[in-house]
Amino acid sequence: MTEEREVDSASFYQFLAEKKLMASRCKKCEALFLPPHPICTKCHGNDMEWVEMKGNGKLAAFSAIAVGPSCTIEEGYDRDNPYLVGIVELDEGPKVSGRILGLDARRPENIKMGTPVTVEFLEQEEGRRCFVAFKAQ
Amino acid sequence: MSRRAPKLGRGVALVGAGMSKFGAFADKTSRDLFVDAFNAMTKTVDKGVDTEDIQALYVGNFSSDLFEGQGHVAPIMADWVGLVPKPATRVEDACASSGVAIREGILAIASGLYDTVLVGGTEKMTSLPTERVTDTLASASDAVYEASCGFTFPGLYAAMATAYMARYGASVEHFMKVGIKNHNNGALNPKAQFNKSIKDLMDSRIEKAKQKGEPVPHWRDELEFLKDPRANPVVAWPMRLFDCSPITDGAACIILVAEDLARDFSDKPIYIIGTGQGSDHALNERKDLTSILASRTAAKQAYEMAGVGPEDIQIAEVHDCFTIAELMAIEDLGFFKPGEAFVATEQGITARDGAKPINTSGGLKSKGHPVGASGVGQVVEIWHQMRGEAGPRQVPGKDIRLALTHNVGATGGTCVVHIYQRR
Repeated sequence: MTEEREVDSASFYQFLAEKKLMASRCKKCEALFLPPHPICTKCHGNDMEWVEMKGNGKLAAFSAIAVGPSCTIEEGYDRDNPYLVGIVELDEGPKVSGRILGLDARRPENIKMGTPVTVEFLEQEEGRRCFVAFKAQ
Repeated sequence: MSRRAPKLGRGVALVGAGMSKFGAFADKTSRDLFVDAFNAMTKTVDKGVDTEDIQALYVGNFSSDLFEGQGHVAPIMADWVGLVPKPATRVEDACASSGVAIREGILAIASGLYDTVLVGGTEKMTSLPTERVTDTLASASDAVYEASCGFTFPGLYAAMATAYMARYGASVEHFMKVGIKNHNNGALNPKAQFNKSIKDLMDSRIEKAKQKGEPVPHWRDELEFLKDPRANPVVAWPMRLFDCSPITDGAACIILVAEDLARDFSDKPIYIIGTGQGSDHALNERKDLTSILASRTAAKQAYEMAGVGPEDIQIAEVHDCFTIAELMAIEDLGFFKPGEAFVATEQGITARDGAKPINTSGGLKSKGHPVGASGVGQVVEIWHQMRGEAGPRQVPGKDIRLALTHNVGATGGTCVVHIYQRR
């Protein structure tokens, strides 16, 4: 089902807060984009529509972050308590960056590329927006 | 639409190049560093350069705004070296800022607008605590879609490293060998932030423990030292501290002139015969996570303009902000086939005395990476090597007539490549 919302980051994060991972699709050439591009980078068409991703994919690249930015230090992460981020290739095709959950960030050498993951919607503290996360199945 | 082959309107030559010392200097601002670099540069112009002859300034700077609370740095740099009221332009393309400034200087001369241009770069990074530097560098990635989930700048390169390992069978030891090689070169560079080999650093740790009467650590060799998490902690796995370029203060300057004026300034000018620049998507949107489209695009343009191929290049300074970045760079530049750079590095091919010396300056890893100054800093090494003036780190047994620089912005959103010739 498509949704009549502006193809921009505000809508993307609004959808995310509603627990929907949405991509944009070019009506002309059907290319899918995540993050949602407002102009198709393949055929340069600008008639785009929203499509919901099922949220299943595989881990395509990752890192265990020991030295994080201030926002993750505030979340309680540090050298002794690292967190995982990664790039997930969705079943529908697009790849997306996100926090990775359900795998041991202290033993990254044991993490297998291609591990199946499913989208999770992480609520940040008050006033901060939701961001994309994936959990190992 | 057919496009003609890329060609400059007129030739451009390099007649002087110098840099400040790279390091951590609590008392120096970006403008002090820039003045140091300018003074070092003027000494290298064989027949001298009169400031009156310089018609414009292009200066690379990533983020004095966040690092020092100073925006609009171009007129300040111009003023501090005596160029006011001449046009001064800041170029910002993350870590490729000054590489792109070089290209802007070249284009301005090639267009016929100017004959003589000062190009520089400056960055003062050590005034912020590490987490704020991490925030500032992360602002060069996609703040809306990438950094929001906790991806850091080292984390993005670390992700590329995991993709490279999975695809080609490289190990963390292969990354470490890039760092060992670059530190061996940096040990011979008095301007480098870490002018010590990994072996020197390891030995000095042992010595310090002995002096303090602490338990003396035991490392068989550099690799064992680098695998010890106490000596070399993880920053963003699989990238450890010694896989990452340091946080650096520094500046660099070069003088570019129209080709027909080169001999008025220099006995041994270096000609810039190829320039190329490209862009790429954010990391997650790339088809291939082990290669940078902007690098391949910039290299192709530069080779085409210069009429040479990767096999003709004798030495190169490439963007090794992380050890994995050097491996990807030398594959994207066509020096090695995809997935073969780590083997070539292990075999010593990219060492100073190897067949294809890479980062003889020590690279960003050992020389230091004052992000907005790094692109011009690379040219300073090429200048010395091509003129046979690199002292103890002069590449042995090579008469260097063709060289290349490769400067990347952030995770590869920008890449700029230049090719240099001595005639």
